[in-house]
Amino acid sequence: MLDDLDKEIVQVLQEGIPLVKRPYFVLAQRLGISEEKLLAKIQDFLAQGIIRRFGAVVCHRDLGYTANVMVVWAVPEERLEEVGQLMAGFDQVSHCYQRSPSLPEWPYNLYTMIHGRTPEECYRAVKALSQLSGVTDYQMLFSVEELKKTSMKYFSEPPFHHASHW
Amino acid sequence: MTLDRLDRRLLNLIQNHFPVVPEPYQELAKILGTTEEEVLARLQKLMEKGIIRRLGPIFDSSKLGYSGTLCAVRVPSEKVREVAEVINSFPGVTHNYLRNHTYNMWFTLLAESPEKLQAVLEEIKERTGITDILNLPAQKVFKIRVNFPLEDDRSVGRFR
Repeated sequence: MLDDLDKEIVQVLQEGIPLVKRPYFVLAQRLGISEEKLLAKIQDFLAQGIIRRFGAVVCHRDLGYTANVMVVWAVPEERLEEVGQLMAGFDQVSHCYQRSPSLPEWPYNLYTMIHGRTPEECYRAVKALSQLSGVTDYQMLFSVEELKKTSMKYFSEPPFHHASHW
Repeated sequence: MTLDRLDRRLLNLIQNHFPVVPEPYQELAKILGTTEEEVLARLQKLMEKGIIRRLGPIFDSSKLGYSGTLCAVRVPSEKVREVAEVINSFPGVTHNYLRNHTYNMWFTLLAESPEKLQAVLEEIKERTGITDILNLPAQKVFKIRVNFPLEDDRSVGRFR
């Protein structure tokens, strides 16, 4: 479990690493701990998988990956593991999740995000995934508009705020 | 903005590995064969241009004790702005996309507990009048990759 210091470290780190010569020293000062302790804590978080990745979050549209499509697949229950692993192995697949469908009209249980430089690249990838996996019941959902995209601010709720107000 | 070779090498490097050492920019400069000042100036510019959205950790929300889900709703086109405003007003909604489907609005939601997650969904239903929400919590993660390799650095894998 995370203690209070851990949570404070999360709060400070999620604001971003400052562009100064000794950024961890600056952050450690804000936390009232030593630079050494902060570095050790970050290594700890990485080792435990609390931090999944430590680095730059980039705007992939600006890097030429302008096309993306969410593809939802209806995979027979007993083949989920195999098909999930197969799709995850593709470079074009950035995210691959098993999700439990909540309505009978929506049978899709495997969710992939596919990125490409053009829509054609996406179509080609989806076709290849379908052929290789043998899963033919799928839908492609292209994004029409980004309505919100932000990084989560963890542990940022005021402590005495009632749940329904945030 | 056009990225030169150094920008691309820098981006490839720090997407995967930002040094956790007292002087990380000095470390990056050493790897790239340039100066710390140059690295800081490049990063400053890449951030101002919005190419780098954030520099720091990406947390595993479940390991921080959070619950999350992906939801989809059917919104009549004339109500899209209004409904998006309600949904986006929750800090736990981090992504929301309009997609070309009858389920046209797709958003991700994080909350500190399963109960809070449910409470937010109920409040969204109440305030938007939408009753039919596809609630699709992840059961298993096969892959999350958030880095995007740039092509002309031959030292990294290509996006094939």
